[in-house]
Parts: sequence; structure tokens; C-alpha cells
Amino acid sequence: MVETKVAGKVAGDVHTLTTPQGSGPGKPVRNAAEAAGPRPVEERSRGPGERAVVEPGPAGPQAESSHREPDVSPHPYAALMRERRLAAEAEGRARRDTLLYLSGVTKSFDGFKAINNLSLVIEKGEMRAIIGPNGAGKTTMMDIITGKTRPDRGEVFFNGDVDLTHHDEAAIASMGIGRKFQKPTVFESHTVEDNIRLSLSGPRSVLEALVHRKDEAERERIEAILETTRLTDKRKTFAANLSHGQKQWLEIGMLLAQDPELLLVDEPVAGMTDAETEETARLLREIAATRSVVVVEHDMSFVRALGVKVTCLHEGSVLSEGSLDKVSNDPKVIEVYLGR
Amino acid sequence: MILARFLGPRVWILVAVILAAAVLVPMANLGLPRDHPLHVPSYAVQLWGRFVCYALLALALDLVWGYVGILSLGHGAFFALGGYAMGMYLMRQIGARGGYGNPVLPDFMVSLNWKELPWYWYGFDQFWFACLMVVLVPGLLAFVFGFFAFRSRVTGVYLSIITQAMTYALLLAFFRNDMGFGGNNGLTDFKDILGFPIQAVSTRAALFAASCVALAIGVLLVGWITRSKLGKLMIAVRDAESRTRFIGWRPEYVKLFAFTVSGVMAGVAGALYVPQVGIINPGEFSPLNSIEVVIWAAVGGRGTLIGPVLGALLVNYGKTIFTTVWPETWLFLLGGLFVFVTLLLPRGIVGTIDHGFDAFRATRRARDAEKGEAAGAVPNPAE
Repeated sequence: MVETKVAGKVAGDVHTLTTPQGSGPGKPVRNAAEAAGPRPVEERSRGPGERAVVEPGPAGPQAESSHREPDVSPHPYAALMRERRLAAEAEGRARRDTLLYLSGVTKSFDGFKAINNLSLVIEKGEMRAIIGPNGAGKTTMMDIITGKTRPDRGEVFFNGDVDLTHHDEAAIASMGIGRKFQKPTVFESHTVEDNIRLSLSGPRSVLEALVHRKDEAERERIEAILETTRLTDKRKTFAANLSHGQKQWLEIGMLLAQDPELLLVDEPVAGMTDAETEETARLLREIAATRSVVVVEHDMSFVRALGVKVTCLHEGSVLSEGSLDKVSNDPKVIEVYLGR
Repeated sequence: MILARFLGPRVWILVAVILAAAVLVPMANLGLPRDHPLHVPSYAVQLWGRFVCYALLALALDLVWGYVGILSLGHGAFFALGGYAMGMYLMRQIGARGGYGNPVLPDFMVSLNWKELPWYWYGFDQFWFACLMVVLVPGLLAFVFGFFAFRSRVTGVYLSIITQAMTYALLLAFFRNDMGFGGNNGLTDFKDILGFPIQAVSTRAALFAASCVALAIGVLLVGWITRSKLGKLMIAVRDAESRTRFIGWRPEYVKLFAFTVSGVMAGVAGALYVPQVGIINPGEFSPLNSIEVVIWAAVGGRGTLIGPVLGALLVNYGKTIFTTVWPETWLFLLGGLFVFVTLLLPRGIVGTIDHGFDAFRATRRARDAEKGEAAGAVPNPAE
């Protein structure tokens, strides 16, 4: 049902984009303006919304319409603006309840379109797996969401109304988007405990860090995260001495310490043993109980173990979306994965 | 003890040794008769006074290089700027005793036919003002330079190159007579500092003590910073800068803080150095000087507090010996030392000892564990 919603929304976008540009504010408006009377400029400056409300058509059955819509067709330009406004509002409504909203995002590097008109919606509390062959744009998409890369075109909204394209990595991280890299990236010269301590959400000012004191609340939070990530007995171990799988869990623990609303996890089980993979799936499902998670992964058995909705990317846009069974039986997906 | 927990016993031992030197060396120099076995000759006081200033400079570099991973090849610039600020004060102290007898203008300005003191020389007749400038000028340069460099995310070798370019640009600028800093000759012929004759043995001893106190304060400051959460964050920035960014920190501000504090420390070191050598000239901006500082820190062990102090003292003492005994080999030796340390002793002297000790403890723990004994809580070497 969500996918139909997405599809509908995308279609809506196309509609609203083409209407003003295609049939355009060019000729028809000017004609209508001439027809409308001697002072088109004033009318235009007054704005479509006002006009529709303040000057209803002469035969308008306003009594039954709560919007007091004019029955007679209004000024065509005003109609156009109104249409746009309503579309924007509808889009805003659609956006409002989402956690992450990407629409028409495009990014190209030296002419190569890494992301091509990508639209993707993550609901609050949702867990989503993203699959796709190499070069499908998965990592670039993460870069765009976390502020590392700015898209050439398109909208990226977090929590409905925060435009992520206007913020940098640190600001986006503080808003509540955590990111795990493909290669485990932890602070190797620090202990497990200190790794988590540095990641705990809280003030991020240099001077605060200089005079910071450890307290009981902080200790308890670290304890809870160590518990979740099964690293309690490794707390004093230097991160450099952890196994590959433990480093991955530590990094996930560091993300949890940030207390994010949305976790972006890039290939968490690459290079893991089967037992570690299973443990990671358990960990991610546990995390997803309280937050939204987006997992990028190649490993199909892992994706199946997660048991969530899957989006398949190909050449920078969404190829297929739905349950893993639906996606993996999609002929387009099969073609992409098996070659043509 | 609270103090021990605050910084760790090693830091306090180092501080105690430095402060003991600050008291005992001048006493042995001034208080004991010349033929007493413990008498410290005046030339040694002057020599080691300089080395202590170098140690402070190396410690300043260690704060940015060892802890934040910024390899600055231009730290000599901050040192020289602090030195120039102090030199300007000493110049104004000469007064009418200069070669031309002008009560206001330093000699080199008279010989350039300048009629008035340039505006930027105002205030330097006051000691407090000079001290303020010793801190402010290098600090401001470090702040402005760091702000633009770190904000643009210039890192690694590119940053090293522009720090080198910065000190080279200052070298060329200070060579110009029009700059009003004495050009090629720099500032020299100082007479007295705070009313005490600068050549006097007791003044030299006092300057030595002051340098030691400054170094002790520097060690405490760096120790405090690096043991705080900020210090952990610095190391985190050094090891995985992008990770710190993606958990919400702004590494550029962390670097800027360290770089500015380091610039100020280098400036103070320069200010204490100038009255002890009696001259400051543009040669101090030479890129070679800054590279030597890197070698001191590398030899001693970057990322430790004791390392750079020890490295600066050892290398400079070696330099004094070799340049008198076998002058033409010194540069080869210095170069060879750097290659040796980089290839075979990348942690430096102190770092290698620490690491060996940690490894020893780890094997002993492993052996104990094998024997089936309770290995006990794993001690955290960072504490």
C-alpha cells in the first residue's frame, strides 16, 4: 500500500511539474489577462488565493462550499497558481508524516548520473532494505541524505519539513540521522567505552568537551548500549583489537549512542561469519523496534532474515519496491541481476 | 591522590622534575663556588635555557601533530613572532643608549632615515603590552590561518605544505627593511629586560627559571587538554575524521582550538628564547627550523607528553656536541636521525618504551590467563 502511495505521489509530481511548465504561464495567461480587463497587473499582484476568496464569481454557490470556491472559472493565471499551491500543499501533507522524503533527486559526477530522478519515502518507524547491483547509487544516496554530497536537483526532507540539502554532515547528524560506513570506522586508539562516550548525544561544543565531566547518567547510557551490542565485557578493550564483526557492532553502538531517529547502515554484514551475520540481523531488528532503519545490503539471505520491505535501485533510480519475494520475482530485477 | 587521578602520575613527575630544575640549576649556578663539583657554569645555564624553550616549542607542535594529526611544518613562524614581540620590547628598552642615541627610534630606523616610530611599534615600551602581543599575535595568526585552512577541509600533506608556505612568506616579509623589523639583521644589541642587565649571570639564571616554569605550565596545559573529553575527541579526529563528523562533531573547530593553543605556546617559547640568545632575525622563520621541530617531536615520541620535551633536549644537546666536535657532519646526522626514527622507531623513544611495556604486560596477562589464574581487571593504559 505504501508503494502505491509512492507511485501515486511520483505521478502527482510529474503532473504538477508538467502543468505549469508544459501548458505554461506563457500564452494562455496573457490572453486571459487581456480578456479579463484593463488592469491585469494588479490582479496578478494580488495573488490567486485572495482573489478566489475575496471575489467569488457572481453565480457562486458559496453557501454549500466550505472553501467558497468560485463556480465561474477564475482568472486562468490565478487558477494555475491555485493548482500549484494545492499541489504543493498536498505534497506537504504527504511529506509531513514521513521521516525521510526524497523526490526527483539527481546527482551526476562528470556527466555520469549516479542518482537519476530518485524518489523514496521512509515512514516513521519503518525498516527498509535497499538492494541493487554495484554502481546503482546506494552509497551516493546515503551521501546525499547525510549531507556529504549535495544533489544537483530534487528534494530531500527529513521529518517532513527539514530540508537536508541546506545542512552539513555535523548538523544532520545532530538532527538524528546516524550513518554506518561500509568499512567499519571506529576510533581505534580508544577503548570501546570511550568510542561510545564520544558518540553520546549531547552538546557538541569544543569548550564543553574540554570541561566535560563523566556522570552517572552518562555511565548508564553507555552501559545500556554495551548491553545491546553485546560488548559489555569488551568495554576496556581498544577498538583496534576488536574482531571485524565486533567493530561493526561497536559502530552500530556508536550510532545508537547518538540516539538517532533514522539509522543508515551500509553493508553491515560484509565480511562477517554466518553467526555474526545472524547476530547482526537480530541487533538491527532490535534497533528497528524503536527507530527507523535503512539497510543497504548485497547479502540476500541477510535481507531475507530482516524480513522487511525492499527497494531495488538500478542506475540511480528505483527499479522495484515491495516485499523481498515480490522484488526478487520482478522480471526487471531479474534482468538487472542476471544480465541481459 | 586527586591530583594524580587528574593527570596521571607521569605528568606530575615530569612537572616536578622541570620545576626542580627551575630552582636547583640557578641555585647551583649562583650559589655554589666556581670550583664546587656541583657548580653549573653560566654558559650551560644559557644553553639549557634555550633548549627548554625548544622543548616548549616541540610540546606545542606535539599538541597539533601528535594528538590531532595536523603535521605543521610552520610552527617556527609562531615561535619567531613571539620572539619578535619580545624583541620589540627589548629594542625599546635600549632607549638613548643605542648607537645613534635616539631615545625613541631603534638604531635601524635611524639608519633608514625614519623620523617617526611606526604605529605598530607603539606600546612595546611597556612589558605587559609586549607580553600581551606575545600571546595575541601568534594566537591570532594561528586562529585565522587555521580557520580558513580547516574550514576548507585542507588536510594531510596539503596542509603541511601551506604551513610551510606561511612561514616562508613571513621569512621573506621580515627580510624587507620596509617592514620596520630590522630587515636582514633583525633585532639585537639588547641592553636590559625589566631593568635588569640582559647579559648578567643572574638575569640569565632567572630567564632559565622562567623558561622552566613556562614549560611546566605548558605540560600541565597539554596534559589537561589531552586528558579531557576534548583530548579524546582530538585523537578521534586524528584517527577517523569523517566518523567524528557523522556523529555530529565539527572536527574543524577541534583542530582550530588545538592549533590556536599551540600557536600561543610556540609564541611564548619564542619570547623566552629571544632574551637568552640576544637576537631575533628573519632566519627564525626559515622552513628548516620548523622541520627541525618536527624531528625533535618525532624522536622523542609524538602523542606523548614527555616525548617531545625529551626529544628537543636530546637532539639539541647532540647538535651542540656534534657541531663543535665534527661540524660538517651535523646535517647528515640530523637527516639520518629522521630517517632512522621514521623507519625503525615510528613511535619515538618514549612511544616505543610505552608500547614495549604495554606489550610486555599483555603477554604476561595472557600467560597468567593460560595458567588459569584470574587475570583481574584489564588496566586501561590511557589512565
